[in-house]
Amino acid sequence: MELYTITVFSENQVGILNQIANIFTRRGLNIESLSVSPSSIEGVHKFIITCRSDRAMMQRVARLIEKRVDVLKAYLYTDSEIVYQEIALYKVPADQLLDNSNVERVIREHNARILEITRQYVIIEKTGHTADTDALFQELKHYGLLQFVRSGRVAVTKGTEEQLTRFLLNHT
Amino acid sequence: MANEEMISGSEMLMRILQREGVEYVFGYPGGSIMPVYDALYRHQGDIPHILTRHEQGAIHAAEGYARVSGKPGVVFSTSGPGATNLVTGMADALADSTPLVIITGQVDTEHLGFDAFQETDVVGMSLPVTKWSYQIRKAEDVAWAVARAFYVASTGRPGPVVLDFTHTAQCAKAVWDYHPCTRLRSYAPVPEIQSKPLAEAAVLLNSSRKPLILAGHGVALAKAEKQLAEVAEKIDAPVGLTLLGLSALPSSHPLCLGMAGMHGNIPVNIATNQADVILAVGMRFDNRVTGATEHYARQAKIIHIDIDETEFNKSIPADVAIHADAREALDKLLPLLRRNEHADWRAELKPHAEAEERLVIQPETAEREDCIHMGAVVSRVSAAFGDDAIVVTDVGLNQMMSARYSRFTQPDSIVTSGGLGTMGFGLPAAIGAKLARPDREVVLFLGDGGFQMTMQELGTIMEHNLDIKIVLLNNNFLGNVRQMQAMFCERRFSATPLANPDFMKIASAYGIASEDVERPEQLDDAIARMAAHKGAFLLNVNIDEENMVFPITRGGDPVDTIYVNLTDRYQG
Repeated sequence: MELYTITVFSENQVGILNQIANIFTRRGLNIESLSVSPSSIEGVHKFIITCRSDRAMMQRVARLIEKRVDVLKAYLYTDSEIVYQEIALYKVPADQLLDNSNVERVIREHNARILEITRQYVIIEKTGHTADTDALFQELKHYGLLQFVRSGRVAVTKGTEEQLTRFLLNHT
Repeated sequence: MANEEMISGSEMLMRILQREGVEYVFGYPGGSIMPVYDALYRHQGDIPHILTRHEQGAIHAAEGYARVSGKPGVVFSTSGPGATNLVTGMADALADSTPLVIITGQVDTEHLGFDAFQETDVVGMSLPVTKWSYQIRKAEDVAWAVARAFYVASTGRPGPVVLDFTHTAQCAKAVWDYHPCTRLRSYAPVPEIQSKPLAEAAVLLNSSRKPLILAGHGVALAKAEKQLAEVAEKIDAPVGLTLLGLSALPSSHPLCLGMAGMHGNIPVNIATNQADVILAVGMRFDNRVTGATEHYARQAKIIHIDIDETEFNKSIPADVAIHADAREALDKLLPLLRRNEHADWRAELKPHAEAEERLVIQPETAEREDCIHMGAVVSRVSAAFGDDAIVVTDVGLNQMMSARYSRFTQPDSIVTSGGLGTMGFGLPAAIGAKLARPDREVVLFLGDGGFQMTMQELGTIMEHNLDIKIVLLNNNFLGNVRQMQAMFCERRFSATPLANPDFMKIASAYGIASEDVERPEQLDDAIARMAAHKGAFLLNVNIDEENMVFPITRGGDPVDTIYVNLTDRYQG
């Protein structure tokens, strides 16, 4: 069981996410993270999905996603084929930060940054791989962590251009 | 522009159906589809509407129509329960690659998501069981969406498409401007055929000593029956057919080995595990075909032709995958193939056919004194229609028996629910089949279980005076489940005995002629009277409840582990 990333490019139609999710659901696969946004190409939406399974299953899932009428392309990657990041936000009580010099050290060592400071709390932001955001979480939870949220993965390939661009050139 | 004509979404739909050459609409009205039915009223002469007695009947009738005509079947229903009643048919059509354009009414857009009367999430519900599903919210989208629906349903690997037509869009007006859809950048229905796998396939087939062709529904969908015969004859390869591919090669063709799979013909299943090369055309290695995949054709090189890329290596790994329309692939393959002869190989398989004849077919079809077997009925009915009827089946023993003992002379002659195995499919599907080909005899085989799932469609047959010959193989049991209970549950017949009505009286209530066959000696004459009768006819044949379908490859067994009755394994 390895972690795979599937990148999906689709037309901007209602219900695509539903169709993609169905393909996972039917096979009892858990989507580990998901991020959806307009892509750099106008009118094309991009889905980045991570899921833990074996290669054969994930290849099949990618092909089944691509089979959906409104899906332009679906690509399957392992972590070594992409550069990826997640973003995490942590809310810590302000007095912990003010009273405890350790918190400041933790932020510095984890290369995190402070987004907002109020009298009640401080919001810390950290980007990185899951392991990185998790490591900071493990430390901050000793300081009365109030809230924690982590985004889905964003990823780009290690090639020089968006793979979809070539596809669109051949298909428009 | 001055000549821009503003018309309602409903009127637009009617005009498009005409443009797309729709011959029939199968449907059932209701509140949220009323504007469409009102528009239909004005187009009665152009688009005949077949009112079924239940929405499930409408969609199965549309499937029957599509399967025989090759054109998309069109279905109308209202929102809510009208739409939910269609879901089984959608799943059935998706499993069996049947083109349908399904139009469901939907509440006004301002009520969407507010739990309005008869509102359901049709798009959400239908997405997993359709090829495409879309909600039309404004009249401006009607032309675009309907054009796209016909294109998507009927191209590539065909399938069902749903248009959830809001009441708002049915009533609102927009400019009439229709262009059929011919292309979508996100959808490539006809793959560009690659020459490399074709060449590799030719090398394998040309050097094969024991070639086998397995042909499926894709052959019929691509209208590649002629090409299939040409390839088989040129390389002298025997042919096995899947359930849905049964009429892709005439049963009398010297290379036709019969049906593949669980209740298929012994020579096909034996050949599968002896062939050195298998050419699989438009079939998907369904688990009812393969049995245990880890023991399936391990010795053979497999060439797989399919229009749907996701079928490759799904259950059986392909040595050569040819991603193409079956007809194009066979056309291009033919000139690369050497004329060959495999008399020894065919001779090797012959004893298996003879053994099946002796061990299974003869006992099943011969006239008995004590009781009537389904095989005897089916083979006699088939012969009474010159082996030339369109055979429609329900699901279960009746289906396997009619698949095994019907014979076929021309393409597009088998209509059955293969992938989904939908009981209740038969009767409405026969309605669609007859409307598609009024010039051909339509014979429907069903059991007493499936009949009662959609029996109300006798009303549709009555109303339209459809000449459908209904052969009820009546054993007062859910026979297929009973057989499995006999085999695997020590004859604990849990919930399979049926208390049945007097089916003759039911036929008579609908003005449909009928006859009861109690005794074996009555059978031939009754079949002759049915065949001679003009119009619908119900032949209620009382079948021995112990009559079971054999041979069988049991689930999980290798395809060539075959039982010829409850206890005896075929020894070859």
